[in-house]
Amino acid sequence: MPAPEQRRIIFKHIDEPGYTNDIDCYVRNGGYEVLKKAIQRKPEELIDEVKKSGLRGRGGAGFPCGVKWSLVDRKSGKPIYLVVNADESEPGTFKDRYIIHQDPHQMIEGIMITCFANNVKQAYIYIRGEFPEGARILEKAIAEARAKNFVGPNILGSAYGCEIYVHRGAGAYICGEETGLIESLEGKRAYPRIKPPYFPAVLGLYQCPTIVNNVETLCHVKYIAEFGGAEFAKIGTPNNTGTRILCVSGHVQKPGYYEYEVGKITLGQLLNEVCGGPLPGRKFKAVIPGGSSAKILKVGERYKGKRKVGNDMVDYDWGIEDVPMDFDSLAMIGSMGGSGGVIVMDDSVNMVDALANINAFYAHESCGQCTPCREGSLWMKKITTRMVHGDARSEDGALLKNVADQIAGRTICAFGEACSWPTQSFIAKFGDEFKAYPQTKQEAKHGGLELV
Amino acid sequence: MNLKPETSARIDEVITHYPTKRSATLPLLHLIQEDVGFISDETIEWIAQKLEIQPINVYEVVTFYPMFRRKPIGRRHIRVCRTLSCALMGGYKTCDAFKKEFQTDLNEVSPDGEVTIEFVECLASCGTAPVVMVDEKLYEKVDEKKARELSAQIKAESKVAPVR
Repeated sequence: MPAPEQRRIIFKHIDEPGYTNDIDCYVRNGGYEVLKKAIQRKPEELIDEVKKSGLRGRGGAGFPCGVKWSLVDRKSGKPIYLVVNADESEPGTFKDRYIIHQDPHQMIEGIMITCFANNVKQAYIYIRGEFPEGARILEKAIAEARAKNFVGPNILGSAYGCEIYVHRGAGAYICGEETGLIESLEGKRAYPRIKPPYFPAVLGLYQCPTIVNNVETLCHVKYIAEFGGAEFAKIGTPNNTGTRILCVSGHVQKPGYYEYEVGKITLGQLLNEVCGGPLPGRKFKAVIPGGSSAKILKVGERYKGKRKVGNDMVDYDWGIEDVPMDFDSLAMIGSMGGSGGVIVMDDSVNMVDALANINAFYAHESCGQCTPCREGSLWMKKITTRMVHGDARSEDGALLKNVADQIAGRTICAFGEACSWPTQSFIAKFGDEFKAYPQTKQEAKHGGLELV
Repeated sequence: MNLKPETSARIDEVITHYPTKRSATLPLLHLIQEDVGFISDETIEWIAQKLEIQPINVYEVVTFYPMFRRKPIGRRHIRVCRTLSCALMGGYKTCDAFKKEFQTDLNEVSPDGEVTIEFVECLASCGTAPVVMVDEKLYEKVDEKKARELSAQIKAESKVAPVR
């Protein structure tokens, strides 16, 4: 079946010739009209639209945005904050970069609508430190929007006002975790907070109720405010509404970003048609479908079970190429949609080398707060690095699994899972390669591609 | 602290962005590092005083975040992405090419004082791997050949005008 057409809502203007990131260009293309209409409405109506839309967060967890908003403590009398998660730190993900650099006003309009709907008077954009140019672009864009009265006090002549400031991170992956991000915004080490009691919706930034939303999510909010939640819910598939930007990297002919209705394209269509298939003379071997912490999928494996279609339960029997790229399907087959970062590996890759690369990342990025994660991620790195550069033993796979199994579920934040899932899934699916690695090394079968 | 007037002005402005002064820790570290080049003990104490917190509160932040550095670097800062997507497309070779061109190891100042090369984690541009940042500019699809060209460009620029 041929791949469907892209449906570019959020990336409508990305890479469009002549489209610039200044406010005049944005306004010329109908920008801020949605905000003008939105502030004439009741805030509760806007929240209802987002609830109706079924929009799920695009940062990684896929939590319903409307539910997130409805959990906010509105009775405390404390100010409510919006924090925009522009940390984009999950390896394999590179969508927000383009929104920030090429279409920042789309995001700012989404922020202002979200703030108005939730009675937020102060928003912060937490942008990763590695986007210095992006931070400057956002500051300029906010200043432009302020000059035109879209941001700041009494926006568009109303009694409502809201300020936005840009806050730069400094190279720590853990700042993508929302409570770590909040700590970082408070000027501290980004140690994630324990939940309960520190749910951001109740005790977030400065111990006030706080909404943390991803950049792409907020752009979708703008779209929902424009066309209504019911219309938005018609895009995509049930429980997986709207469009989603899929970022493909690694061993494909045409890596890049592609926006599709959620669940309307399969992994096979994405990789073989949209991305042009494997590199010449190579074969696909494995795919990480939702950012580097998502469990790996092996080419050739089958996924079987029952799934809900409409009101019926039907059997499914999928190969990796048949899997629809939506939150629920990817969760069903034991992985996740995560942040939409699809990393592809072909038959030139030895999985021990690949895992060694991933483990080096997580060992570097563990915040160090919880012992199982701090020590476990380091040991997993040490073992895989030793396998590659020192002595490899056939029992190393079992040892790695043993370490990984003792991390997940024993840490304050999801980093524990994020760092152990790659090891667990690599060993489960490519255990033979780990067992055979000492032999493989001796025969020098690999050695072309250095990964650690 | 001997800061440029515009840095001082921006410091005073950025503190007003937050209800608590401590929140300005990261912004101040960025501003001063951009101005002075690195974070000294003096800077840590100065920021602590400015934000009415203890020096340890600033120090623990400096040591936590990879982008803050305690000593000067070369005149240009080359950051090569190390993470999976870039590595799959040859990021390690790219990094080696830079090291060879400037005859230096990672995290050191090259003998000519020109560059410091860092092998950093994901720069969030995986679709155009391997990627490299030179100072604040991103370069995409930097294979060994392009790394050598970039190196030549950096060397040529240093002869024309000092960057910092």
